[in-house]
Amino acid sequence: MMASNPYFSLAVLFLAALGFGLAPLALAWLWAKVFSPPKPNKVKNAIYECGLESRGDAWMQFNSAYYLYAIIFLIFDVEAIFLLPFAVAFTGLTAAACGAMLVFVLLLIEGLVWAWAKGVLTWQ
Amino acid sequence: MAVDEGLKIELGKQGVLVTTIEELYNWGRRNSIWPMQFGLACCAIEMIATTMARYDLARFGAEVFRPSPRQADLMIISGTVTKKMAPQVVRLYNQMAEPKYVIAMGACAISGGPFKQGYNVLKGIDRYIPVDVHIPGCPPRPEALMQAFMTLQKKIDGQHLTGEDRPRFLNAEAQGEFPVPVQGEHDLEPASNPGVWTVPVVMQGTGNGDQGSGNSKS
Repeated sequence: MMASNPYFSLAVLFLAALGFGLAPLALAWLWAKVFSPPKPNKVKNAIYECGLESRGDAWMQFNSAYYLYAIIFLIFDVEAIFLLPFAVAFTGLTAAACGAMLVFVLLLIEGLVWAWAKGVLTWQ
Repeated sequence: MAVDEGLKIELGKQGVLVTTIEELYNWGRRNSIWPMQFGLACCAIEMIATTMARYDLARFGAEVFRPSPRQADLMIISGTVTKKMAPQVVRLYNQMAEPKYVIAMGACAISGGPFKQGYNVLKGIDRYIPVDVHIPGCPPRPEALMQAFMTLQKKIDGQHLTGEDRPRFLNAEAQGEFPVPVQGEHDLEPASNPGVWTVPVVMQGTGNGDQGSGNSKS
């Protein structure tokens, strides 16, 4: 009964792929346990900075000028992803659902118009 | 248990390959030693020449020179180690993952070389870290670096997985951290790592024809 399931071979292949990835990791863990003990120490685990001691935190406040990239990404990537299933299925949706989707699209179109007018979309 | 050599050859003629885990492990390790991108002075130019087309070092497994110590197996100290640079060399050596090896390339890395009298020259990097292969020369030719590489490969071949003489990286009790020197008022502190290097003792006036000409320098 299970072998006649159309997804059975897929399950077998999935388990084989999982095994293919996990087997070397398991072998490495076993090797480390038997032969090669871990030897951490403070200097070995320190942050690499070309042999110097690193000072301070690596977290920096990111530049606010990158907001343009965020807006353009929203328009051209996120909206496109949502438009694709909408374009296929909008004939079967209720009017309210279409309205909600239209609001979303119009908001992002407004962002696109603004970016276009600002001259962001042309190379300098 | 290792198989007798004659039997191995006989089986090999029939197309049967016999090996041990230790041989396989060492074979894999010695044919893929990845050096760290680490050059200090003129010897580094010769090291770069060794990696280029004419004297290709990639044939021996040193395919890429890793910029990060964490991904490298070998540190080729090529060039004069100044006392300002010494703490960074030792810190980088500590940051490498075991198993790690060191080749001291050139006279400066072995003992200070032609600049031994300099106030800022560290008289040999083996004062702080254990060196596996020394290459004399100023600078050694690329062929000499390749011979050192092959010597290191032979050394790796002879390392054992178990037993008393197993290398440091397989021994949980062996020292793994090499203390990083700091700049003191006049010299690096400590001046050397006593676990790795002992100050050579100079005998005065006991050799043939050495009467009165012995002077002690450290």
